Amino acid sequence: MLLGGGTVIFLFVMGLLALALLRRPLGAGGKAGDGDPGRGGSERVWFWGLGLAFPLVTLSLLTVYGVVVGDRLLPRDAPDLVTVQAEARQWQWSFSYADAPGRVTENVLHIPSGRPVDVEITSVDVIHAFWVPRLAGKLDAIPGHVNVLRLQADEPGDYAGQSGEFSGLGYREHLFTLRAHDPAGWAAFLEGRTP
Amino acid sequence: MTDLPDLSSPTPRRAEALRLHRKLTPIWSARPGLRGVLTTNNNNLVGGIFLAAATLFFVIGGILAMLIRAQLATPGSAFMGPEAYNQVFTMHGTVMMFLFAIPFFEALAVLLLPSMLGTRDMAFPRIGAYGLWVYIFGGSAVILAMLLGLSPDGGWFMYPPLSSAAFSPGIGPDVWLLGISSIEVSAIAAAIEVVVTVLRYRASGMSLSRMPIFAWYILIVAVMILTAFPAMILGSLLLELERAFGLPFFQADNGGDPLLWQHLFWLFGHPEVYIIFLPAAGMMATILPVMARTKLLGYGWVVAAAVSLAVLSFGLWVHHMFTTGIPHLALAFFSAASTLVAVPTAIMIFSWIGTLWKGRPTFDLPMLWILGFFATFVIGGLTGVMLALVPFNWQAHDTHFVVAHLHYVLIGGYVFPMVAAIYYFQPVIIGRTRFFKIGEVAFWITVPAFHVTFLAVHLVGLMGMRRRIWTYDEGQGWTVINLIASVGAFVMAFGFALVILDVVVNALVAPRSRRNPWKAFTLEWATSMPSPMYGFASIPVVHGRYPLEMDPGLPVSIARGEGLLADTSRNRRETLVVSTTDGTPAQVAILPGNSWLPFTLAVVTSTSFLAPLVGAYMLAVAATTGIVVVALIWAWTQGSRTDEGLIDVGHGLRLPTAWEVPDPPGWWGLLMLLLADSVLFGSLLFGYAFLWTIAPNWPPPSYLNPGLAMPALALVGAAALVAGPRLAARAVLRQGRAWGGIGLAGLGALALAGAAASVWLLRPNPTGHAYDATLWVLAGFVLLHTTIAVIMIGYLLARVIAGYLSPRRVGEARIVQLWADYTALTSLVALGAAWLPGAFP
Repeated sequence: MLLGGGTVIFLFVMGLLALALLRRPLGAGGKAGDGDPGRGGSERVWFWGLGLAFPLVTLSLLTVYGVVVGDRLLPRDAPDLVTVQAEARQWQWSFSYADAPGRVTENVLHIPSGRPVDVEITSVDVIHAFWVPRLAGKLDAIPGHVNVLRLQADEPGDYAGQSGEFSGLGYREHLFTLRAHDPAGWAAFLEGRTP
Repeated sequence: MTDLPDLSSPTPRRAEALRLHRKLTPIWSARPGLRGVLTTNNNNLVGGIFLAAATLFFVIGGILAMLIRAQLATPGSAFMGPEAYNQVFTMHGTVMMFLFAIPFFEALAVLLLPSMLGTRDMAFPRIGAYGLWVYIFGGSAVILAMLLGLSPDGGWFMYPPLSSAAFSPGIGPDVWLLGISSIEVSAIAAAIEVVVTVLRYRASGMSLSRMPIFAWYILIVAVMILTAFPAMILGSLLLELERAFGLPFFQADNGGDPLLWQHLFWLFGHPEVYIIFLPAAGMMATILPVMARTKLLGYGWVVAAAVSLAVLSFGLWVHHMFTTGIPHLALAFFSAASTLVAVPTAIMIFSWIGTLWKGRPTFDLPMLWILGFFATFVIGGLTGVMLALVPFNWQAHDTHFVVAHLHYVLIGGYVFPMVAAIYYFQPVIIGRTRFFKIGEVAFWITVPAFHVTFLAVHLVGLMGMRRRIWTYDEGQGWTVINLIASVGAFVMAFGFALVILDVVVNALVAPRSRRNPWKAFTLEWATSMPSPMYGFASIPVVHGRYPLEMDPGLPVSIARGEGLLADTSRNRRETLVVSTTDGTPAQVAILPGNSWLPFTLAVVTSTSFLAPLVGAYMLAVAATTGIVVVALIWAWTQGSRTDEGLIDVGHGLRLPTAWEVPDPPGWWGLLMLLLADSVLFGSLLFGYAFLWTIAPNWPPPSYLNPGLAMPALALVGAAALVAGPRLAARAVLRQGRAWGGIGLAGLGALALAGAAASVWLLRPNPTGHAYDATLWVLAGFVLLHTTIAVIMIGYLLARVIAGYLSPRRVGEARIVQLWADYTALTSLVALGAAWLPGAFP
């Protein structure tokens, strides 16, 4: 949708430009720098109409859309919420679980499918970012701060995750796997049996 | 560079113009040979060297870009490992942003602004030359370090803790911080010079609303540099203090916060984007109407749009930090503000299209590049609006989509218009027309190749390729697209090489240009081509925005000395200073001649910056002393010991020289410097408040309790520092003894310094907690300013004794007074901020 809208605006502006370049000027006899016909009518069209009204309307719509969609991605209270912790370091991820105290997994994050999950993200050394492209946008892991990302995997299975903030030599290989379990698998994981 | 004015008038008038040309040329010319290059401060030469240096750095940055594309052309490339690749992409960004983009438009401004405004040179020619050399030394040091394999490798925005000593133990980040600092110094110097030039150095009768549109743009940009760069300078300083001395500003364990860097960096970094774009837009607004044989549509609208873009850009820095966990409401605000910049941008774009609409466009080479700009920049703007949407940003952040977006904006929105500007102004700069048609060929190679390259990069970004990864695997589906991008990039590089080659060939062999080949209406086309060293033989008197349209004979009458200040008998560089708003002649500025001082000062400045890199701390201290000594000599060689009175400038006008007015250009320059300084100070207070409220591990374990004596000392000192220079100035006016006032001011500065030193003494360990570290910087700020105040006060005393001040010549006392007032005020605020938390525990 963004791309389509963007293309339409691009074509519109380019069309205007092409027209401006190619049209025959009214009264072709006018010599260079003739007066300033910009006063009045044409200035109203170019500035009030195209310069102000057009972008303001488009942008208001776009911003409202962005805020609404962004709002939907926000963490909210949910009865079946699961909380996990993600701790980044050069170049590794450690995950721990509110429902299984003491349990730490390296580079594999286990969550139940079909339930909202809050990932509490932090870092012990430099800045990283937690990013599972198929499930959510990225959120930075910053030393001294905890950022909470809400995500939900509707289907069980493995999802690729990676760091999204440059962190030095091992950045490319700073990967992890998010493993979404069905209810039985999740119960088994919490009991300590890694499925 | 000089030649005879090309005149077609009858012989006696021609003889008059020739006589004037022969008188003015030796006054304004550089000395011969290399010595002339190093000692010149004429804007024609300084600007030319500036332009050549910036172009050279563009070539270096381009070579780095080719290394990147060579590496990414194939999956699993063995061309570079991650160590080399990380250095290369960091340096590519650094070189292009700091060593090319900003200096390049500064160079064009130095070259062209005086001619556009109808004056003979920039306001502070020596500061211009100083800025040039600092930039060349700093830039060369950064490149040299890269050739030695010592470059930074943490990305061009240097996020700590990755750039902190623990994770980057080498000197790479230090090279970056110190090298970039010297470039920032040069940018601030140029910005001060530009602001004062535009506000005060214009043709007679050129009111603000009659200025060429580029002057408006560059004025706005210069003010933005003064208000954006200081945040970055402070950030660099804090990071260097952390790296060198362990002051923990960015370490969460000790009360610091890595996010503080991001705020300071983007507080600078986002306006920076517009600092780069606006000069290009100014060139568009200048060139496009001439190419369309008409005038700019909606001058007032465009100025208003440029101002609002500048203001909005300061509200946007957070949009580079959407993924750092900022509260959603704040995100919504910044998202709205980010999309709002599209409005003034749209006004500019439609002003240009409307101008084309009412004109009769020609398709000369500058116009081709302008059309290349349109196609590219509109796409870049639209992808920018997409990125301003928070949910989209969360996905696209730090992928190649962002890389492609910023290249569309920077190359399309900046480089293309700059190429247009070079071709358009080629007659003014090198006095030549174009010879071969290489330019057209280069255009048709460069622009299509650019689009192929970066459309591919957009695409691979949407497919999830992260930026800054040094290679990728065969099976990720990015192979073909990356290869296309790489081939396109190499073709584009070839195109840019052709452009540079074309301009060089034109400079060497093309025929001389006639005057005003484009039939433009503004003053830069009123001189012979290329613009002579003295600019205008006499300062023009203008009556409208388009002087050459109103009076086609203006160039000839200027050359014949029928404007102002045509009298060369005083044998010194003189130009006109006008009142800011309406352009009424007000003063005669006497500009300095050729001198070694700017070069020498640049050498000691750069040494003081770069010596710490190799651990030569004693050398750095010596060089810092050298800065003070050279600066004092510099200041001392200005001014006069005798009153000259009003001088005849022509047209029956008699004006004082700038040495005999209460608001000399130097006072205005200092005011602009203090604007930048106050932004740095404000950023420091922001950082303090930010750490206090946001950073983990606050409040600190204990506070500094100032007691009563030190605050009292500071208050008394500030009062004395404010009163002293006033008493001194009054004494000078009444021809009394100024010593009492000067002594009082000196004691006041020393008292403030003592109060600040007590902060250091009472909290001897700045490395334990960010609170102490911040206190040290606050007190250090006061100590630096009071030290400079003491030096200035001592200097003023010496000047009074030597007879440089008189009731007519009080300007220097006013300059010292301005510094003293500022120092007193900021010192009280700084010390208050340091003391208050501990005073009421």
